[in-house]
Amino acid sequence: MDLMTITELARSAWVVWLTLIFASILFWAFRPKNKKRWEDDAMMIFKNDKGDKGGHAHG
Amino acid sequence: MSSASLASSAASDTPTYYDDLIKKFVIAAAFWGLAGFLAGDLIAWQLAFPVLNLDLEWTTFGRLRPLHTSAVIFAFGGNILIGSSLYVVQRTCRASLFGGAGLGNFIFWGYQLFIVLAATGYLLGITQGKEYAEPEWYVDLWLTVIWVLYLVQFGGTIVKRSEPHIYVANWFFLAFIITVAMLHLGNNATVPTLFFGGEFTKSYIVWAGVQDAMTQWWYGHNAVGFFLTAGFLGMMYYFVPKQAERPVYSYRLSVIHFWALTFLYIWAGPHHLHYTALPDWVQTLGMTFSVMLWMPSWGGMINGVMTLSGAWHKLRTDPVLRFMVASVGFYGMSTFEGPLMSVKAVNSLSHYTDWTVGHVHAGALGWNALISFGVMYFLVPVLWNRERLYSLRLVNTHFWVSTIGIVLYIASMWVSGIMQGLMWRTYDSLGFLQYSFIETVEAMHPYYIIRATGGLLFIIGAVIMIYNLWRTARGDIRDEAPIGLDTQSAAAE
Repeated sequence: MDLMTITELARSAWVVWLTLIFASILFWAFRPKNKKRWEDDAMMIFKNDKGDKGGHAHG
Repeated sequence: MSSASLASSAASDTPTYYDDLIKKFVIAAAFWGLAGFLAGDLIAWQLAFPVLNLDLEWTTFGRLRPLHTSAVIFAFGGNILIGSSLYVVQRTCRASLFGGAGLGNFIFWGYQLFIVLAATGYLLGITQGKEYAEPEWYVDLWLTVIWVLYLVQFGGTIVKRSEPHIYVANWFFLAFIITVAMLHLGNNATVPTLFFGGEFTKSYIVWAGVQDAMTQWWYGHNAVGFFLTAGFLGMMYYFVPKQAERPVYSYRLSVIHFWALTFLYIWAGPHHLHYTALPDWVQTLGMTFSVMLWMPSWGGMINGVMTLSGAWHKLRTDPVLRFMVASVGFYGMSTFEGPLMSVKAVNSLSHYTDWTVGHVHAGALGWNALISFGVMYFLVPVLWNRERLYSLRLVNTHFWVSTIGIVLYIASMWVSGIMQGLMWRTYDSLGFLQYSFIETVEAMHPYYIIRATGGLLFIIGAVIMIYNLWRTARGDIRDEAPIGLDTQSAAAE
């Protein structure tokens, strides 16, 4: 089996590779170990910062 | 906020944010938005009363229509996208813009030049004839230069960030910038006739026939997917939590939303070419991926709306938040309708009718414009360093005037489009078509008037907004009763 055959075989299974990559993203997102990290990341936009707060009704 | 746990650099060494640049983008968005809405409503009235084309070549529907679409998508949408992305990337990276104000100003004026070159070209009849990619080759090349510089400024700011994490809004903005660059280059691979002794202002695309059609709608649909969706989702993920003063409902869901959208959107283009020379399997592929897009679209919509979970009362007192949440609602509605229309059986009725036009405007007016208005209401007091907006009551008036305008628009186009599709396919007992084409045009006349009236309301709303923002920037505060003080929850705040 030469390199061309392997390449073609791998390319023909592109949907498998993309599914595997997406599945690992799902695993990464749902991993309990990362839960805390996501919660912290969501809060980062509220870190006190000069002049980025405003426009809302109750100053 | 519990942000203390995030540690890292102290708040004292806040970098300089280039906010004067963002101001320019906001002003440009307001200006081009109004111009684009006016052009759109003019051609809406032209469809009802053709005499309004003034019998001049420069003001015919064919030339004003790309002027309208480019003005609202690339001039209004583009300016608010570039402006808000450069605002967000500075704050979330806690870094000043890479390249500084000099590069930023070059991008700003270069982008305005692109708009003027494209728009004046359309009026003079200079066009590639590719929908949403009408500018000719020399304008395309100029935009490429500006866009790459925009990528350098945005990406460079991320690289020099002082925050460890790249906030999810920036992922959406980055996907928007990179994908639009790729689409623009692929769909504008043209050869100017200049090289063969032809005119300066004419070129031909290297793709031919059905390949050209496929490339065009690969571009066209992903312009919707990455310009009008991913970019504006970047706004949603920053400004909705900021305005609601609560973190996004689920950050984990936003991660999945991003990757699912990125993986799926790029394949959906063929649904624009159902029942054409495009191979049948490609059509089915496009339809399948469009239907799958229901999941990330609704995941994202739920994520945006549920950010208000536990704080719904804010909608009563904060009309700016109302704009943002309504826009996410329209996003959910139009991304439900889109996959439905991509199903071949539905498409055989809906394609080429006003239903498509109504669908596009549910997304463009309801989602893109309403969230942009919300973002502009958020940004102007911050950028001009004012305590608050001139008038929240005027924001409320704007909200209702424009929402009623949108409802008139899309409801009339649903009726008109479905009627049009049904009339086109009706046969009599002998197998002849029941209606001539002109009969369908006559039947649509009242709906065209309703649609144009809806558009007029939308323009009135935009004028109210511009007045309100102008007074805000001047530092005026209107003497008015606060909104929602008669309700219990507002008193509790």
